[in-house]
Amino acid sequence: MEDRSLVQIGNSTDSANAPAERVVGIDLGTTNSLVAFMQGGQPVVIPGEDGTNLVPSVVAFPAGGDKRVVVGYPAHRYLAESADRVVYSAKRLMGRGLEDVQEELKLFPFRLARDLQPGEALRLDIGGQQYTPPEIGAQVLRQLKRNAERYFGVAVTKAVVTVPAYFNDAQRQATKDAGRMAGLDVLRLVNEPTAAALAYGLDRQKTGMVAVYDFGGGTFDISILRLDDGIFEVVATGGDTHLGGDDIDNLLLAIALDDIAGSTGLDPRSNGELVQVVRKAVTDAKIALSSEPATRIVVELPGQEPYARELTREQFEQLIRPTIERTLAPVRAALADAQLTPEQIDEVVMVGGSTRIPLVQHLVGELFRLEARGRKLHTELNPDEVVALGAAVQADILAGGSAATADMLLLDVTPLSLGIEALGGVVAKIIHRNSTIPASETEHFTTGVDGQTNVAVHVVQGERELSKDCRSLARFDLKGIPPMSAGLPRIEVRFLIDANGILHVSAREQRSGKEAEIEVKPTYGLTDEQVETMILDSFDNAEADFEQRQLIEARVEADDILAKVEKAKTHPTWKLLSFEEQSEINSLADELHIFKEGDDRVAIRGSIDALDKATHRLAELMMDGAVTSALGGETMASAGEKLGQGPTAPHPFAKAEIK
Amino acid sequence: MTNGDDVSTPPQSAPQGADYFSVFSLPRLLDLDMKAIERAFYRRSREVHPDRFAQASAEKQQWSLEQTSLLNDAYRALKDPIARTEYLLRLEGITLAEDAATADRQEKKNVPPELLAEVFELNMQLEEMRMNAQMGEDDPQLRRDLEQAQAEFAGQFAGIEAAIRTEWGKWDAASNSDNSADKQAAAERMAALLDKRRYVRNLVRDVQQALGN
Repeated sequence: MEDRSLVQIGNSTDSANAPAERVVGIDLGTTNSLVAFMQGGQPVVIPGEDGTNLVPSVVAFPAGGDKRVVVGYPAHRYLAESADRVVYSAKRLMGRGLEDVQEELKLFPFRLARDLQPGEALRLDIGGQQYTPPEIGAQVLRQLKRNAERYFGVAVTKAVVTVPAYFNDAQRQATKDAGRMAGLDVLRLVNEPTAAALAYGLDRQKTGMVAVYDFGGGTFDISILRLDDGIFEVVATGGDTHLGGDDIDNLLLAIALDDIAGSTGLDPRSNGELVQVVRKAVTDAKIALSSEPATRIVVELPGQEPYARELTREQFEQLIRPTIERTLAPVRAALADAQLTPEQIDEVVMVGGSTRIPLVQHLVGELFRLEARGRKLHTELNPDEVVALGAAVQADILAGGSAATADMLLLDVTPLSLGIEALGGVVAKIIHRNSTIPASETEHFTTGVDGQTNVAVHVVQGERELSKDCRSLARFDLKGIPPMSAGLPRIEVRFLIDANGILHVSAREQRSGKEAEIEVKPTYGLTDEQVETMILDSFDNAEADFEQRQLIEARVEADDILAKVEKAKTHPTWKLLSFEEQSEINSLADELHIFKEGDDRVAIRGSIDALDKATHRLAELMMDGAVTSALGGETMASAGEKLGQGPTAPHPFAKAEIK
Repeated sequence: MTNGDDVSTPPQSAPQGADYFSVFSLPRLLDLDMKAIERAFYRRSREVHPDRFAQASAEKQQWSLEQTSLLNDAYRALKDPIARTEYLLRLEGITLAEDAATADRQEKKNVPPELLAEVFELNMQLEEMRMNAQMGEDDPQLRRDLEQAQAEFAGQFAGIEAAIRTEWGKWDAASNSDNSADKQAAAERMAALLDKRRYVRNLVRDVQQALGN
C-alpha cells in the first residue's frame, strides 16, 4: 500500500477503480476556499451542503459561550452584527509576527492578543479566547474536509494545499500546520499559479510557453511555465504581494465612507458593523461593473436617508487603473528572468476573481500583444475555481496517477534566493531564485580564530546584496568543532530546499568527520510586502548595493592584511628587514588604518595594494625561511598566506559572487 | 510527510566521482547537445521526482529527494554555458581567480595585460566622471568617450564569450583524443578567458554606474 506509487512507475493504471484513499486538492484562499478531486479524468469542485462551490474564508465565533464556530457564508452574517467576533483574510496573517502586520490590522475588525510580543507567532483575541492564524485556517480546512467526506461518504485525510508562489518558509510551514490541525496530511504544497497551469494543461498536452496571471483577493502572482509533453516546468515566478481585489474594494470603500460622512455628518468609520455593510455594497458594485456599464451603490443608514450613488464603468476604470498597472511591472520582471519577450508567450492564463474586471483583461492582453498575434486570454475555466481544480490534478498525480495524469509532472521553483551572511554583512547567495526544487547547495565554512569551536551561520532570504536588507530566515551555530588553528577546520554545510519549498540544513566537520544535523526553525516569516519589496528593491538598489558591498569587501581585506602584518612582526624574519623597510611597512599600515575608517573604497584599495607591495620582500623571506627551515609545512602555509595569494584552505567567509 | 522530521539522518553524500556530467552519463565535454540533456533531465525527473513517491516509505522519499536535488543541481550547473565551463575547470582542479579572492580584489589584481593601457585610460575617465558628478557638472565630451568605451568593452565581452566557445571545441577534441597536454592548455586558456570575462563585465558595470550618476 505504501509503495503503491513506486510500483506504478512506468506502469500507471487508472486508480479510479482502486480502493485507494482519496487525495483531495484544496485552494485555501484569502477570500474564498474550495476543495476539488479528480472524477473520471476531470477535476471537479465538491460543493458544500448548501450546494455552493465556494466556502468564504470567514470564521465567526458567535457570543454565547457555546464555543460554536461558524464557517463560510453563514459566518458572513455576523460581520453586520458583531464584526469583532469574525475573522476573515486570515491567510494574510499566516507565518507572521506582530511587527509584520501593522498595516493589515488597520483594516481588520478583530483584535490581537494583548500580551503579544514581537518575534512570536500571532494570536488573535476573539471574545477572550485566543486563536493563531493557522487555527483559523484549520477551521476553514475542516469545513472543506467535512464537505468532501459528506460527498464521498468516507473519511478524507490526505490533501494537496495551494499557497501563493511567493510564500516563504514560515508561511508554508504555517499552512502545513493548519492542515495538520484540521486532521489533514498535507502531501504537498503547490504554488497557486502552477496549479492553475495544471488545470488548463489537462486537455492541451503540447509544447509551449505559458504565462499564468493570478490576481486574487489579496495577492498577485505571475508564473511563466514551459510545457513539454506533460512536463510543467516553471521557469520564472514573481509577484506583488499586497495587491488584490481587496485593494480595489478599499479604494471604493474610502470614497463611499467620505461621501457618507460629508452628506450626513455621521462618522461611519467608528461603526465597525456599518463599515462592513458599506464594504459589501461597494464589493457588489465592483462585481456588477464587470458586466454592466453602470451601477448604483445603495446603503441603508441608521435614522437617515439611504446613501445612494451612481458609478459608471468609465469612472471605475479611471479610479482603479493605477492599481491594475502595478501588476504589470512584476510581469515584465518575470519575463526578463525567463529571458523571454511578451511575443514568445504562447498562452496567457487568467486566474483569480479580479481577472474578471474588463480593464485587467484589456491591460494584460495589451502587454502580451495578444490581439496583434490573433490570440486570446484563457478565461475558459472559472477563475475562482481553477486553482482548486489544479490542486485536484496534482493530488491525483501524488496518489499514483490516472490515465489523465499519467504523463504529467510538475517542476516548480523557489521564488526567493537563499543566502548566508558573510563577513561584513554581505550576502553570499547560495541558491538563486527560480532554481528548480528540490535544490541543494553545499558551502564550506571555517574558523577565523585559533581554537575556535563554533561558527555562527545566518541564513537569509531575498535578493538584496546586504543581509540587513534581506529577511532573516534563521540563525544557527555549528558547535563542537575540534579546536584547531584558524582556517584549518572545514565545515561542510548543506542547504536543501524540498519539493514544498521548505529549507533543511545539515552540517559536517570534514577533518574530524564529526557530523551535526541542524534543523532550521524559522523564527518568523517574511511579510509578503517585504518579499516583494526586496525583489523590487534589488532592481532599484542594485547599484547602490554594489558600491556598498565593494566598500565592505575592501574593509574586510584591509583588516585581513593588517592582521597578517601584525602577526608577521612577531616572526623572526621581521628582524631581517632594514629599518627603512620596517618603517615603510609601519607607516603604510598606519595609513591603511585611517583609510579603512573612511568611505573611500578606491583609497582603501590603493592603500592595501601599497602595503601588499611593501611587504612583498618580507613574505619572500618568510617563504625562503620556511623552505630552508626544518619547521616545514606550517610556516610554509602561513607564508603562502602572507604572499596575498589567498589561502588554500576555505575562506573564513563564503565566496562573494557578483553576477 | 516531507516536513523536517524526515531528515533525521544526514543526507547521503553523492557517490565518489559522481560529478554533474556523470549524472547525465556524459563525458567531461563542453560543447553539449542541450536538447538531449533537457530530454534526459525530463526523463530522469519522471523517474525520481518526489511527486512519484508521495505515499512511499520515508526511506524512499528521502532517496527521491536526494536523487532529484542532485539531478536539479546538475542540470542547473550544465544548462548555463559559463556556469558549465567554470564547473568543469574546477573539476579539473583549476583555480579561477574568483575562487582565490573576492571579486573586487581580483578586479584590481589581475588586469589582463592586453587591457592595461585601455583600463588605465578608462580609470582616469571614470575618476573624472565621478568627480564631475560630485561637483554637479557634466562634461558632454567625457560622457561620449565613456559611452564609446562602454560599447567597446561590451563588444570585447561578446568576443570573449565567442572565444570561450572556440576553446570548448579544442577541449573536446583533446579529450576525445586523450591528449592531456592539449587539454591542459585549453583549460588554462579558458580559465584566463573566464577571468577576463569577469573583469570586463565589471568594467562595463563601472562605466554604466558612472554614466548613470
